Amino acid sequence: MPEKILNSINITRLEILDATGTVDEALMPRLSDADIRKMFELLTLSRFFDQRALSLQREGRMGTYASILGQEAAQVGSAFALERKDWVFPSFREMGVHIAMNYPLHLLYQYWAGDERGLRTPEDLNIFPICISVGTHIPHATGAAMAAKYRRDNHAVVAYFGDGATSKGDFHEGFNMAGVFKLPVVYICQNNQWAISVPREQQTAAATLAQKAYAYGFDGIQVDGNDIFAVYKATKDALVKARAGEGPTFIECFTYRMAHHTTADDSTRYRQEKEVELWKSKDPILRLKLFMQKRGLWSAEYQAEVDKKSKALIDEAVQRAEAAPPPKPEDMFTSTQEQLTMRQQKQLGEL
Amino acid sequence: MPKLTMVQALNSALKGEMERDKDIVVLGEDVGKDGGVFRVTEGLLERFGSERVIDTPLSESGIVGAAIGMAVSGLRPVAEIQFMGFIYPAFDQIFTHAARIRSRSRGRYTCPLVVRVPYGIGIKSPELHSESSEAFFCHMPGIKVVVPASPYHAKGLLVAAIRDPDPVIFLEPTRLYRLIKEEVPDDMYTIPLGKARIVQEGDEMTVIAWGSMLHKTVQAVEGFDAEVIDLMTLNPFDAATVLTSVKKTGRVVIVHEAPKTCGFGAELSATIAEDAMLSLKGPILRVTGPDVVVPLPKLEDYYAPSVERIRKALEEIMKY
Repeated sequence: MPEKILNSINITRLEILDATGTVDEALMPRLSDADIRKMFELLTLSRFFDQRALSLQREGRMGTYASILGQEAAQVGSAFALERKDWVFPSFREMGVHIAMNYPLHLLYQYWAGDERGLRTPEDLNIFPICISVGTHIPHATGAAMAAKYRRDNHAVVAYFGDGATSKGDFHEGFNMAGVFKLPVVYICQNNQWAISVPREQQTAAATLAQKAYAYGFDGIQVDGNDIFAVYKATKDALVKARAGEGPTFIECFTYRMAHHTTADDSTRYRQEKEVELWKSKDPILRLKLFMQKRGLWSAEYQAEVDKKSKALIDEAVQRAEAAPPPKPEDMFTSTQEQLTMRQQKQLGEL
Repeated sequence: MPKLTMVQALNSALKGEMERDKDIVVLGEDVGKDGGVFRVTEGLLERFGSERVIDTPLSESGIVGAAIGMAVSGLRPVAEIQFMGFIYPAFDQIFTHAARIRSRSRGRYTCPLVVRVPYGIGIKSPELHSESSEAFFCHMPGIKVVVPASPYHAKGLLVAAIRDPDPVIFLEPTRLYRLIKEEVPDDMYTIPLGKARIVQEGDEMTVIAWGSMLHKTVQAVEGFDAEVIDLMTLNPFDAATVLTSVKKTGRVVIVHEAPKTCGFGAELSATIAEDAMLSLKGPILRVTGPDVVVPLPKLEDYYAPSVERIRKALEEIMKY
């Protein structure tokens, strides 16, 4: 008997906006001029946030911080497609998502300065606290999607993680269950090519991360992660599919970590400066600016205004974060369980 | 009142609670069509449907991880891990997330999750089907650990665990699943978590046990004037009941099947030493499993504390 081909897959890569600011009109998602301006402003605000975080850390005013430099489009572009009540399960390098979802900026600074109160998500958002342990939050998104499906509440669920997370067991377990139960969930990988010092090639021998989805019975797509329109379109399409009950999607945003892993890392120990230089020309904000210039949506005055507004928002957030009264030691007790145990009460009394 | 086994009592708790609250869902390996390998979830699929009684892939970390996601977004999942020896892949989820979500989000998110786990030695099973690793979970702030020792208590404790606002590891001694029958009310009732019970009063020694060791202990104390405590909740444990008893009797024997080193008996001993040392007439004695890998059935009887070993310790403590 001849051998048969049981399955073959083709992996799609989506690109809409190139580095020169030119778009593929046929693929361009429907976005108003106001939407595009809003995207630009959120990208700019994210970069201002990031740069200020780095300088605050250098000044000793903040703890270890994971920069998002270069990944703003992957974050803002995907979050731009979300509804306010959708469930978001972020990792630790997703400040652009928080910012696009209108998470209070001062809380983000408060968190990175070492104060858990910064992770208390406001009631009108469903953003899960940042997951430090790589990839372990992927099953949570799966479970939240099971809950959303059971309640028929039409909330989609999105999990964000990096390329390193795709090597973890929880990536497999979470994806597998999502495929089996055809859940309304979108998994967004920011493939920034580096997990601290380990390059993407050493995470997996697979040619793309996107193709991993097919082993779990759902679609995967690679997008140019520095192309905000491609990221937005892929996410929007995946969310429409999720809400229609057509199951999960895996989006690999192909991007680059321009900064060190965190402020505690020195990436010159393991990667070449010329690689970083190469990616500078692919900057996600620069290309949107070039596009807007061509469309007549950008001017030097507009840029100055956006910068000024961003700086003011960041100034205010930093001031507010630093003016917050210090957390009370009893907070660490009262937030462990609903009720203190007898022993915890005693320990609290001894503080 | 019907006489039920522990399996039937647990099933009755799940059924009653699922009738009461549609946010309660059950998930795990073989919990649906098969009714669980021990039949604790028997009949639930037929009654509540596959959206609430979920046969999952073979995926311990995924089961607990997904259950955490459900709990955080408003459901009250009861997850089953088939045997305690298979919970280790889910350790990360329990410790890294279930135990910490309330704290990490400063109260915005909570995790009302029950993880049911058949545990312990005594049913002649393969490797990793006889583990008794309760102490690991007692070392995780934010996690409650509950162990019933009778059908009546199993039902009341499981109902309380399901209604608890925080994560509970609910350990079901497999040896007791069908060993005893007792009267169990049809109605739902709770037995408060964090409280021990005095199984029998006595004046000359305090013997503390839980799970299947409680039954051996009750047999062993025959002829002694012993106060027997069923701890029921290991974390947070009822120190007040333990200390009051120890201060009365002045002698303590702790019985558990888990290995001695860093077993939960160590925590009990330290607490008694800290808070009731001056009432003690002799050393605190522990009768436990040895510090070895849990053996296969041929050597099982050498591992778990026997009635005779417990009696020896009781005789020993009475020398003081």
